[in-house]
Amino acid sequence: MDTIILAICVLGGAGLVLASVLYVVSRRFAVQEDPRLDTVNDLLPGANCGGCGFPGCSAMAAACVKAADKGSLEGLSCPVGGKAVMDQVAAALGLEAAAEDTTRIAVVRCNGSCENRPHVRIYDGAPTCRIAHATSMGATACAYGCLGCGDCVAKCQFGALTLNTETGLPEVDPGSCTACGACAKACPRNLIEIRSVTNELTGMVVKCRNKDKGILAKNECDVSCIGCRLCMKQCESNAITVEDNLAYIDAAACTLCGKCEQACPRKSIHKIGEWSTPQEAPVEENTTQETLTTKNNTQ
Amino acid sequence: MKTFKIGGVHPQENKLSASEPIRQAPLPQVAVFPLGQHIGAPAKPIVSKGDVVKVGQPIAEAGGYVSAPIHSSVSGTVLKIDTVIDASGYAKPAVFIQVEGDEWEESIDRSKQLVRLEEHPELTDKDIIAKIQNAGIVGLGGACFPTHVKLSPPPGNKIEWVIINAVECEPYLTADHRLMLEHTDEILVGTTLIMKAVGVTQGFIAIENNKPDAIRLMTEHARAYTGIEVVPLKVKYPQGGEKQLIDAVVGRQVPAPPALPASVGAIIQNVGTAYAVYQAVMKNKPLFERVVTVTGKSLAHPSNLMTRIGTPMNLLIDECGGLPEDTGKIIGGGPMMGKALVNTEVPVCKGSSGILIMTGTDARRAKPGPCIRCGKCVTACPMGLEPYLLADGAAREMWDLLEHNDITSCIECGSCQFTCPAHRPLLDYVRIGKSTVTGIIKSRS
Repeated sequence: MDTIILAICVLGGAGLVLASVLYVVSRRFAVQEDPRLDTVNDLLPGANCGGCGFPGCSAMAAACVKAADKGSLEGLSCPVGGKAVMDQVAAALGLEAAAEDTTRIAVVRCNGSCENRPHVRIYDGAPTCRIAHATSMGATACAYGCLGCGDCVAKCQFGALTLNTETGLPEVDPGSCTACGACAKACPRNLIEIRSVTNELTGMVVKCRNKDKGILAKNECDVSCIGCRLCMKQCESNAITVEDNLAYIDAAACTLCGKCEQACPRKSIHKIGEWSTPQEAPVEENTTQETLTTKNNTQ
Repeated sequence: MKTFKIGGVHPQENKLSASEPIRQAPLPQVAVFPLGQHIGAPAKPIVSKGDVVKVGQPIAEAGGYVSAPIHSSVSGTVLKIDTVIDASGYAKPAVFIQVEGDEWEESIDRSKQLVRLEEHPELTDKDIIAKIQNAGIVGLGGACFPTHVKLSPPPGNKIEWVIINAVECEPYLTADHRLMLEHTDEILVGTTLIMKAVGVTQGFIAIENNKPDAIRLMTEHARAYTGIEVVPLKVKYPQGGEKQLIDAVVGRQVPAPPALPASVGAIIQNVGTAYAVYQAVMKNKPLFERVVTVTGKSLAHPSNLMTRIGTPMNLLIDECGGLPEDTGKIIGGGPMMGKALVNTEVPVCKGSSGILIMTGTDARRAKPGPCIRCGKCVTACPMGLEPYLLADGAAREMWDLLEHNDITSCIECGSCQFTCPAHRPLLDYVRIGKSTVTGIIKSRS
């Protein structure tokens, strides 16, 4: 009996002494963490996509808190959560809501489907765009166009990209796209642009990146931009520039009048969303931010 | 018989054109000279539209120290300086010359008379390297590294040997083989010039023993030159790699990059380069033509053609009987390391050692299956790497893993992919991994 009591006393005593040591140490060397960090981190979507420019949501939260100490969240935006999330973050940090953020989505700037740009050779190397681009020019004659191996589709965390088996091109679902930019980084030919769009998630875009001279570009693909400048002459708002035999439409200046689309002899200018097959075009439904969020939730 | 110790494979030799004497290729109507034919900075054009040039006249100057000038291989008028679609399908700047007649620069000695080093005792090592630099000579084995840079190793390296690479381990190619049979003495004089340029007294000419006639001829002629020894080697791919050749001939191992072969005391030059050095130093003839093997199982006349740089490849194919109907792929270089061409109008460059026309059935890659962990690629790798791991790491973008497993040591010989029973595209992945990791390492410094 005595042994048991002795054991209880020794272990209990040791426990008490060590517990008090631990208590003192934890108090003395406690790491002071800003409680706002947790709050902001909880508000962020937790996708860790890196679209904001930081390695993950917790790094973004730290950046927000740091910026809040300076008094403004300017320059920080979460492409996944959009303005709604940034407003909540601003409120949590006791700041006024940030200015209206433009909506952006990924846009694939190539329309070289199997029909428009027939295969002229066989590419039988490793099935990734990076390797196809580095080792040869892929299966078509165009050195600028989509290689169709789907590196961008593999990188999309939000299921917004699908590879259309008929056209061989990736298609963006504007409702699911969060403009995180992972696909743009994955494309070895820089065909995907994170582009500002209107609230209706649309805009005019030149669906081509071919910088070859007109005659070459014409032979390589049926819908290539040949840099003829007809669209530039039609544009009343000076939104179109032509450089290196390639037209580019500035989204900020474009008024969506559609004259360039009609003027283009190569049919390479399109309204975003209107090149998809009808059943896959969700553009009409996604007119408000609300539907956008619901769509995200159902994903 | 000597050979390198680690790895290696034995692809079918298929040296179809080994008994075909070197013929002169026809002159093109328009010769095209891409400005980036070598490793390093692209050359800068020094002619403009409408200029009249002669054979051997410089048309572009070196764009830096690691670069080489380019000389016209034809006489005629400069048409334009524009872009040309290169072998991989991307547009690159080039000089176009309309060919008119065949008028050579007067300074070039066109006689067949052999000139030996003993007849020019006034030549110093600096003179030789300067002449090589001005003649635009680059490594003709295919890498196209400017020769004058290779012959000026960084200080602190004691060079002991010059090794002439006459291995020609790529299947199908016979350009170096024919050159050795037909220009034996020129190659030997070229070797003495390279030895003098780097200040060594011992030179080796390494030849694989599938070329017994070349070994016999070279050995006989080499007796007349002091310090040159012909080394027969056992046939094994990739013996023509610098590090493998040093291991095979002198038994030393070059450390991992950035160490150069010079760090173990050896300078390697291709046999074609030795011939070009002779022409440049003794005959004042800059590098504007080379031997190109045009070959293929279904080609009517596989041949070795002395070709002016800038000749479109389709002209050479026509010269050898035209493109066969069952062509599946046209490869620039040999079957192991060459690259498939996307069009045949590509001009012959300084590094074009061959044009291989593969039949449809030979050309198609087999469908890749899953890795069965047999380890054949590890056994075959001449650099002692683990290709299955590197390929997997590159596919998953695990750059740290690749760096720790020495992906930068890979010589891209393709032995791993050749030996893989599951036909996995190992080299495709390893190449992309190697270039990415090299970029990461460079960005650090």
